[in-house]
Amino acid sequence: MTGRELLSPSGQDVVFVLVGLVTLGAAVLCVTSRHLVHAALWLVVALGGIAVHYLLLTAEFVAWVQVLIYLGSVVVLVLFGLMLTRAPIGPSPEADSRNRPVALVVALAAAGVLVTLLVDAFRTTWIDLDTPHGTSRQVGDGLFRAWVLPFEALSVLLLAALVGAIVLSRRPGKRPEGGER
Amino acid sequence: MHLVYPVVLAALLFCTGLYGVLARRNAILVLMSVELMLAAVGLNLVAFDVWLRDELRSGQVFTLFLIALGAAEIGIGLAIVLLVHRERGTSAVDRLRELREPRGTPRPAPGEPGEHPTP
Repeated sequence: MTGRELLSPSGQDVVFVLVGLVTLGAAVLCVTSRHLVHAALWLVVALGGIAVHYLLLTAEFVAWVQVLIYLGSVVVLVLFGLMLTRAPIGPSPEADSRNRPVALVVALAAAGVLVTLLVDAFRTTWIDLDTPHGTSRQVGDGLFRAWVLPFEALSVLLLAALVGAIVLSRRPGKRPEGGER
Repeated sequence: MHLVYPVVLAALLFCTGLYGVLARRNAILVLMSVELMLAAVGLNLVAFDVWLRDELRSGQVFTLFLIALGAAEIGIGLAIVLLVHRERGTSAVDRLRELREPRGTPRPAPGEPGEHPTP
């Protein structure tokens, strides 16, 4: 396609940058907020923004899976974890540890290096988004033809994780009256 | 769409998660930061998959696997954090230092409940 310039963005570019700013702001608030529950809710905004990015990249199946699993179950699990560890509702002054300046320096250095490298590497690269590339039919074809064995292995792994979580969170040493555990 | 936008956004999100992992004290907040890093990696995978027009949809399928692995990881991680909170009474990662290398003379930190739990 002719007329592709870095400074003449298309509508998709504009929407992507705007949603990206929202996502990045929510992520920064998620890792800096002193309210633990607020941090979890900012995580919802950040992951939802990433789902919107998947939609903009025409990967709609991945977007809906992201909404269902991340927003639906992972965040609920995190909120349950915060409640069960008796997280304070108000601001908790001990949310950050003492090595916060070091973490800030490391993160800024990594961001600087990565952004410089990636902008230099992909300065002249465009994605063609005119034909969709991630409808559920296409992803299903790929998933159940080429990737069916890893898919089944992953289901076994999920089962193992489920059993592991149950075993870990069971209270030890207290047998019920029947003697069976 | 310019490829730089999703790639740079994924890098920035990853570094945000990196900061969270290093700076947070509550173990659940550390897990949330790990989730941010995983999501950034997923965005990268989808962007490169759409750019390269992969016939097998490797990037998107890997992203689906990544989401499932993230769900499994957060389940196991929260179970471990809850167990530690029940045993030690805290979920701050820098107070769980029983397995660290002794610095000078090993001494238990004062004021920690359940420093030597008796089963």
